[in-house]
Amino acid sequence: MTTTSYIKYLLHLADNALILGHRNSEWCGHGPVLEQDIAISNIALDLLGQARNFYQHAAELFNALPATAKQQLFVSNLITEKIATGNIITEDDFAYLRNQEDYYNFVLVELPKGNWAVTILRQYFFASFSNFLFTNMLSNSTDQNLKAIAAKSLKEINYHITWSADWLLRLGDGTTESNIKMQEAVNNLWPYAINMFNVAPYEKELLLTNTIADITAFKNNWQKQVTEKILEATLTIPETKPSWLGDGKSGIHTENLSYILGELQVVHRAHPNSLW
Amino acid sequence: MVNSTNILPNDAAAIITILAQVKDPEVPVLTILDLGIVRNITIENEAIIIYITPTYSGCPAMDVIGINIKMRLIEHGYKNITIKQVLHPAWTTEWMSESGKTKLKAFGIAPPQYANKLPNEKIIICPFCNSQSTILISQFSSTSCKALYKCQTCLEPFDYFKCH
Repeated sequence: MTTTSYIKYLLHLADNALILGHRNSEWCGHGPVLEQDIAISNIALDLLGQARNFYQHAAELFNALPATAKQQLFVSNLITEKIATGNIITEDDFAYLRNQEDYYNFVLVELPKGNWAVTILRQYFFASFSNFLFTNMLSNSTDQNLKAIAAKSLKEINYHITWSADWLLRLGDGTTESNIKMQEAVNNLWPYAINMFNVAPYEKELLLTNTIADITAFKNNWQKQVTEKILEATLTIPETKPSWLGDGKSGIHTENLSYILGELQVVHRAHPNSLW
Repeated sequence: MVNSTNILPNDAAAIITILAQVKDPEVPVLTILDLGIVRNITIENEAIIIYITPTYSGCPAMDVIGINIKMRLIEHGYKNITIKQVLHPAWTTEWMSESGKTKLKAFGIAPPQYANKLPNEKIIICPFCNSQSTILISQFSSTSCKALYKCQTCLEPFDYFKCH
């Protein structure tokens, strides 16, 4: 059913923002200098805000589904039990009651925050991808709410791209040590960045009716843009070797996500239905 | 039954006068009307719905603003109040009132300017000494809506309300 696929797609967008926001928030109080601590925490906050908008939109569509369709969407026991009660589902239920197999974020965003090079490079890959995706949504989507979220997010993403690209150049074309660390980050993250372009089954279904943006359409432009930036930073693109990278968009994650969810959900599990 | 709310001025103009007293909790010199985030008010019988639009996606002030609007209206005797968030069209600093910009500058925050220029093409004027010799320290500052600058004439650091 197309609506359930569309809800999964919205959750995929929300999960990316929530999980990357969570990872970036780990720098709060630990940034290399105060201004950069504030910058990465601000970016984390932007992402959390974007996640909330996507979750709220998904919740609205979800609550309008027939009961049978609602029960088929998730496998996690807690959210399934909540759905069975007939109560409405909120943004918090999506964030706190799903296990990792019901999360659809990229594996890229769940990887540990690593050093500063890893954090800023991941932000650059994700922000430049989001820029293409949301720009495409603005011109092609027929969902007014999604377009509104995309329009707002794009303004924030522009700042994220400028900031992370500046750091990529500064560290890549910096000292010998910063260049080595930056190159290591490129080598490690590149395969995961390319994997953002895997098309999940729910996307395939939605593409048949042109409901969503076709990410494969801007893959080459994205790759060209980031390659130029990496070369400008005096770094090289690694050769990719086949290896197991998971498939986060379809709910196949690395163990890293379970640790994030453990931390993210523990208070809610200890005090069910509390609001704060 | 005669309800006390019947004698309240039940029109949008009266409600706007009350909303003009609600401040942005993070930039308390600005009212929510200065910011341009109140998008619509509907009144049906005694049910009032206030539509507000978020400034930045993650702005934590939005929840507080919603609560403050309710509190202020309740103080004036209104009872049936709903706050709804609208996302479309997306908020822009273009909606900030001119009096809001003047108040920002007097508060020590450079108001948004040159919406159509890139950050490195802008000259941001120091709100303290009006010098044009200022430098960007960071695109991110104490709240989502601000960037951090420093004046090279009076040497004071200051916040700039980013164009959005």
